[in-house]
Amino acid sequence: MSGGQSKSSTASWQWLGGVVLIVLAMALPFALSSYHVFELTQVMIYAIAVLGLNILTGYNGQISLGHGGFFAAGAYTAAILMHRYGVPYWATLAPAALICFALGVLFGLPALRFEGPYLALVTLAMAVAMPQLLKYFGTWTGGNQGIVLTKPVPPAAIGLDRDRWLYFLVLIVLLLAMRVAANLLNGRTGRAFVAIRDHPIAAAAMGINTARYKTLAFGTSTLFTGVAGALAAIVIGFVAPESFTLFLSLSFLVGSAVGGIATIGGAIVGGFFIVFVPNLANEISDAAPWAIYGLAMLLFMYVMPRGVIGTAEALGPSLTRAAQRFRTAPSANKSEWKT
Amino acid sequence: MHQLLQQIFSGLAAGAIYASLALALVMIYRATDLVNFAQGEMAMFSTYIAWTLVNAGFPFWGAFVITLFASFVGGMAIERIVIRPVENAPILTAVVVTIGLLLIFNALAGWIYSYTLQEFPSPFPDRILFGALMTTRDVGVIVVTLVMLAALFFFFRFTPTGLAMRAAAQNPESAQLCGIHVGRMLALGWGFAAAIGAVAGIMVAPVLFLDPHMMSGVLLYAFTGALLGGITSPVGAVIGGLLVGVTENLVGTYLIASQLKLTVALLLIILVLVFRPNGLFGTAIVRRV
Repeated sequence: MSGGQSKSSTASWQWLGGVVLIVLAMALPFALSSYHVFELTQVMIYAIAVLGLNILTGYNGQISLGHGGFFAAGAYTAAILMHRYGVPYWATLAPAALICFALGVLFGLPALRFEGPYLALVTLAMAVAMPQLLKYFGTWTGGNQGIVLTKPVPPAAIGLDRDRWLYFLVLIVLLLAMRVAANLLNGRTGRAFVAIRDHPIAAAAMGINTARYKTLAFGTSTLFTGVAGALAAIVIGFVAPESFTLFLSLSFLVGSAVGGIATIGGAIVGGFFIVFVPNLANEISDAAPWAIYGLAMLLFMYVMPRGVIGTAEALGPSLTRAAQRFRTAPSANKSEWKT
Repeated sequence: MHQLLQQIFSGLAAGAIYASLALALVMIYRATDLVNFAQGEMAMFSTYIAWTLVNAGFPFWGAFVITLFASFVGGMAIERIVIRPVENAPILTAVVVTIGLLLIFNALAGWIYSYTLQEFPSPFPDRILFGALMTTRDVGVIVVTLVMLAALFFFFRFTPTGLAMRAAAQNPESAQLCGIHVGRMLALGWGFAAAIGAVAGIMVAPVLFLDPHMMSGVLLYAFTGALLGGITSPVGAVIGGLLVGVTENLVGTYLIASQLKLTVALLLIILVLVFRPNGLFGTAIVRRV
């Protein structure tokens, strides 16, 4: 089998796998209880946020500890628009995206001067400052009490209940986000991001405008995370400063690393990890669930230091090769097994 | 004027604690290029060990020494068991491992000792000195920190092990070729960092009261101090920590006395970093193409 053929066959397999996953995602809400549908909706929201972080940290190599802050910015944009101005919930996503993109670009400009731990500090400051700022501007944000939102009503023509309607809304946004991310990252822009991550000086020497692409990476990344925040506000129907602690930012980072940091599919694995592993840990041990969560993080990192999808991608070619060997010489393999 | 001096002194006392923890962070960063997010929780756990010992009837300084020793051994064990396997993994993997450690220590402390606030004895009598300019407690904290710094300085400057550790941190390959056991030096670095953190925890516990979340704020200040000083510079970490302590206190007294003081203090520090992106004492890393 020639290289070109096998490449196109893996591509078609990936395509098929994607279709199966989407069909599964469409069918699942009808097989599960409302509570589980709500949980899966949360998984997808976190997946979008982690995808945003992946663009910045995974592809562009800038570590952010402050994406919880941008998540909060998106959530509050949606909440304030809905609560104060009566904007319908679906119309809040675009403003949240715009505002978070602008915030990200503004943040990305001073971030150009920082590297590694210094950027981590600046973004950390953002994550720490966000809840306090939200409390300080209480007339807009409702202060400590936060804002309680009326839950959206699904259109009657579709005939879905609220949880399932929101599930599909978030699913559509997630698929759109993944598509946009894939187009961005597999093209010229994505190559520029990766080149800057791998070797900033060489990238600049090749004519890549480092400052422009780093700022763009920051803005795109916070745009995704901000949209996720807005969706969270809509789905949960409540925002309060205490939901956006430093721990949220760290969770995004953990989700990103567990899923596979420079992958698009990894974001979904990350979303599952963030939502379900703490619950599982709670079932394993009532006394110290967070210790179990921490242990799970260590275990994942030991077994799959490149994340679930990263490891699968690394294993993929060798598995395909093994399968091919098995197909071309089944008898040889059988005799091996006998001895 | 009196108030200003008073605030500067109490800022220095707080800053001494930030400086200790910042020094622990710098130590690990220099050795393994890793910001250890679990540093604060490790210190908190050490403080609980000291608390247990004091409650069991040990004299304060006896408990202090035993805790330092236990933390040292514990830090080395953590490096060996937890950090070594991800040494060559992507940097984010190692970061996530330290976040995992943070959660584990926090949850373990909550599980063993519960989340209620505990009173921690102060080794220093609470008296006022120099016409209310400072308290004996502040002076005690500063003195303990200075003694520790002096001891560390002499260790790294004048002992063969100290020299070997500096060599291993600066250039692992060459150090290895000179016959230095680099892995052992890294473990020692973690041990020292854990012990320094324990000092910070024990010094801060009488003020903040002991609970599993005690160090989360302190770690943030320490991180800020370490970066303000330059993450590669131990002297910078100490000066950075002290500056952060004083800045925080002065901002809280004169500029804005609300919840926003942390934000303002951080903003000021970031402003400094915009003009000195490698910290006050850090060296710019020159890269070759």
